[in-house]
Amino acid sequence: MSTSSHVSAVLAQGGEIPAPHIEYGQVAPMLLVFGAAVLGVLVEALVGRRSRYFVQVPIAFLGLGAAFVWTIVLGWRENPHSVAAEGALGVDGPTLFLQGTILVLALVSLLLIADRGTGRTGGAVEGHFAAQASALPGSEAEQRTAEAGAVQTEVYPLMMFAVGGMIMFPASNDLLTMFVALEVLSLPLYLLCGLARRRRLLSQEAAVKYFLLGAFSSAFFLYGIALLYGYAGSVRLSDIAAQIARDAGNESLLLAGVALLSVGLLFKLGGVPFHMWKPDVYQGAPTPITALMASCTVVSAFGAIVRVYYVAFETLEWDWRPFMWAVAILTMVVGSIVAITQTDIKRMLAYSSIAHAGFLLLGVIATSPNGLSSTLFYLLAYGFASVGAFAIVTMVRDAGGEAGHLSRWAGLGKRSPVVAGTFAFFLLAFAGIPLTSGFTGKFAVFKAAVEEGATPLVIVAVIASAVAAFFYVRVIVLMFFNDPDPDGPVVVAGPATAVAVALGLTATVVLGVLPQPILDLAGQATTDMFVR
Amino acid sequence: MSDFPWLSVLIALPVVGAVLVSVIPREREALVKQVALGVSVLVAVLAGIMAAGFDAGGPRFQFEERYWWIREFGIHWALGVDGVSLTLILLSVILVPLVILGSWGEADRSGGVDVPPKRSVKTYFALLLSLEATMIGVFAATDVFVFYVFFEALLIPMYFIIGSYGGAQRSYAAVKFLLYSLFGGLLMLVAVIWLYPLSAKPAAEGGLGQGTFLFTELSKLDIDPTTAKWLFLGFFIAFAIKAPMAPVHTWLPDAAQQSPAPALVLLVGVLDKVGTYGMLRFCLELFPGAARWATPVVIVFAVASIIYGAILAIGQVDMKRLVAYTSISHFGFIVLGIFAMTSQAQSGAALYMVNHGFATGALFLVVGFMIVRRRSARIADYGGMQKVAPVLAGSFLIAGLSSLSLPGLAPFVSEFLVIVGTYTRYQWAAIASVIAVVLAAVYILWMYQRTMGGPAAPAVEGLKDLSVREKWVIAPILAIIVAMGFFPQPVLHVINPSVNETLARVDQRDPAPDVTGNVAENGARP
Repeated sequence: MSTSSHVSAVLAQGGEIPAPHIEYGQVAPMLLVFGAAVLGVLVEALVGRRSRYFVQVPIAFLGLGAAFVWTIVLGWRENPHSVAAEGALGVDGPTLFLQGTILVLALVSLLLIADRGTGRTGGAVEGHFAAQASALPGSEAEQRTAEAGAVQTEVYPLMMFAVGGMIMFPASNDLLTMFVALEVLSLPLYLLCGLARRRRLLSQEAAVKYFLLGAFSSAFFLYGIALLYGYAGSVRLSDIAAQIARDAGNESLLLAGVALLSVGLLFKLGGVPFHMWKPDVYQGAPTPITALMASCTVVSAFGAIVRVYYVAFETLEWDWRPFMWAVAILTMVVGSIVAITQTDIKRMLAYSSIAHAGFLLLGVIATSPNGLSSTLFYLLAYGFASVGAFAIVTMVRDAGGEAGHLSRWAGLGKRSPVVAGTFAFFLLAFAGIPLTSGFTGKFAVFKAAVEEGATPLVIVAVIASAVAAFFYVRVIVLMFFNDPDPDGPVVVAGPATAVAVALGLTATVVLGVLPQPILDLAGQATTDMFVR
Repeated sequence: MSDFPWLSVLIALPVVGAVLVSVIPREREALVKQVALGVSVLVAVLAGIMAAGFDAGGPRFQFEERYWWIREFGIHWALGVDGVSLTLILLSVILVPLVILGSWGEADRSGGVDVPPKRSVKTYFALLLSLEATMIGVFAATDVFVFYVFFEALLIPMYFIIGSYGGAQRSYAAVKFLLYSLFGGLLMLVAVIWLYPLSAKPAAEGGLGQGTFLFTELSKLDIDPTTAKWLFLGFFIAFAIKAPMAPVHTWLPDAAQQSPAPALVLLVGVLDKVGTYGMLRFCLELFPGAARWATPVVIVFAVASIIYGAILAIGQVDMKRLVAYTSISHFGFIVLGIFAMTSQAQSGAALYMVNHGFATGALFLVVGFMIVRRRSARIADYGGMQKVAPVLAGSFLIAGLSSLSLPGLAPFVSEFLVIVGTYTRYQWAAIASVIAVVLAAVYILWMYQRTMGGPAAPAVEGLKDLSVREKWVIAPILAIIVAMGFFPQPVLHVINPSVNETLARVDQRDPAPDVTGNVAENGARP
């Protein structure tokens, strides 16, 4: 008789702590990603330094790929609409769509992260990440790591943990799980932001800034959960909804809780006035990580916010709508206008991402099946265009790394017409020109908003789009109509990055010209809406 | 043959041509030009064959195609032409080969006026062909969403043509052009989206019971007056920017000054017509009540454009700017004709769209020939060209005279119809707009006198007259202008049924002739 069987026998007799029932099949995508992450940590500990990269990359690809396939099969075969893991997670159409979106975008981002360029310079393997982030740039410690041939491979498990958190975040059916997911996705991202190989101080500053502001917003989020618990006596979204429907409880707790919770969520997706971190972090972080944040994190945060607002606070819409209108208008207007003054390409794309968050909030405000499905479509379309655009940013390089300053991009259209043309296409997609995915997405979201009577908001959105078009067009002017600088940047395309760009481009074209299949998929995913 | 997807083929062909042109190796410039010309001629021939099968007395929309495109949003890939759109498509497909032939040297390494050398020749021709595809598409679309898509897509090739092949201030002009049009287009987008929930309403509430963007369906909508006014404004502002009318015209002179002259033929001759075409087709037929409501204001703006454009044209020192301002004046005439809401005025306006395309096209082509020779668009840089290049001067004169609506040349017929048709309802507007006819004589003849008349300036001595290629470019246009000046009937025959449909939809009848000269009562429903 071993001890363990004894313990279980006691537990079985007492019945006080029943083993939780886990629907392994339905939560398998998360388990696969977390499993790959844990495996990655073990690889870091056990595999030799030189071969780690070659072990980590396949693990990461396999983990994400298997999770993606599982998600597809789950949605296709079972079309689940139930809660899993004792009600902690909701597995339903919108969740599976969001998880699939996050996983596929993570796969594309992984291509960027894993790309180490075409060769070696100065003995060290080219890549986007510092071998030892804590070493001061140019210090002795750094030289030693470079001489030792150390390569940064911790990014892979860190990224896996972040992606795991991201696919858990929109699935969370209670606020506590949601908080755990938020932290699981955020903490690795804070670290990843500080790993840039070039412009190390900027990168470290970005990481610290992101961490401090992120911790602050987590505190808001947690406080909101506490107040809502005080109101409803439960952290389950459906219980909160039921309590609101009963019109019982202390309403000031509820409203304060909703407000604080919203602050935490809006921070993550970069809604104004909680957007301050975005430009700095997007600029400082290694560009592949920026691509990951601009696509997957945004999808995940929107997934969480729609679940919270559609499930828990749907009947409270008269209270939160004015607030969300204000945030959406501010986000669109500030994002579009401030972007005009930017001179750094990554900062400009960061403000563009803020403006897009504003457009996406229209879908949240609509609170209808169409609002939800249009948001899902927009997220997929925007995610692909973002990854593609940031992938191109990684390709345009100066002697000191990526050519960040916009003026360096002058005349790129004459040096590398294909790269510049592709980037112009992504910019046109961001601007919402027809026959690009950006237009279809905007059209879907605006239509949903008009149907729900938010026409004034759509007019603001349209004017913001016109303003935003200005700075997208300005970059196109710079690339095509200006003459190139003789010692301008060169285009360096690693094979994996090229594949990522090609995928982003294909998705942007297909979702713009023949969006029907994906619209159908988003429509099917939202027919039953969220599980409660 | 009736099931043959004529319009889709006409749209697809130039796209295929553009792709072909862009895969030809960079060095083989002659081949690039030949392929581009060949494709555009093929398109013109096909369009001609299609037009021969058009039955003016038949159903309103012919050569219809309708497939689901995005079912989720009720969007069809729906094409079809009525008389007005057919003539505009013909205008486009005739102008494009001539523009390609006229651009033979424009995008060359040698460059036109201050065109920086070493511009990609094949990109220029690929852009021209893609422009042709979008032009055909925008006139052929019978689904409002498809129309919007082409309306926006038009901008992109033109933007790159101005921005890459224009003059010194080209990027400023290109951005101004794009942002003005994009802004208007986005306002229209709100209105387009708004139509969907309106059409999705049940029939009892004035909807159709099913969300759609099909023009023929949407024109059955019964929209409540307040909403209709907003929607009308959304469409109208977009079209007024495109057309362009004062006070939102300022992008056109800049774009015209910077753009290569042959491309201007398409920009002013065809692209801007999308604005007036849109007013006639969408503003009037989708929102008849709102159109009647807005008419007085629109008429005032139209008359203002007519006179303002003409006065400013007189003061220009740059030929391309000058012609651009004359076009603003002429667009005023077209808008006046559309909103006068009489059958004469509207037929005149629809005909004017075509005539203006040819007349202004001819003028820009000749101006382009002059620029290629003298490397300048400034009037002051010329003088006495008549003696050096008589054929060029003669073509310039005919083009100019047609632009000032000399009887016997095509625009006269349409301008006359517009003024007469307007007179029966808005007497003061007709009288005021006649002033512009006088001003037109001033700006055209004075420009002719300064550039062509007098002793030959030293700078123009030794310039060559039109080459054989250039003669082939200009001769067909001039022939059309003269032919349509004497025999406008075949075109009017095609246009009239569509115009009558529009008028019936707006519920306007021609006022009874009034010999006492009083302004006739508005025929609108009370």
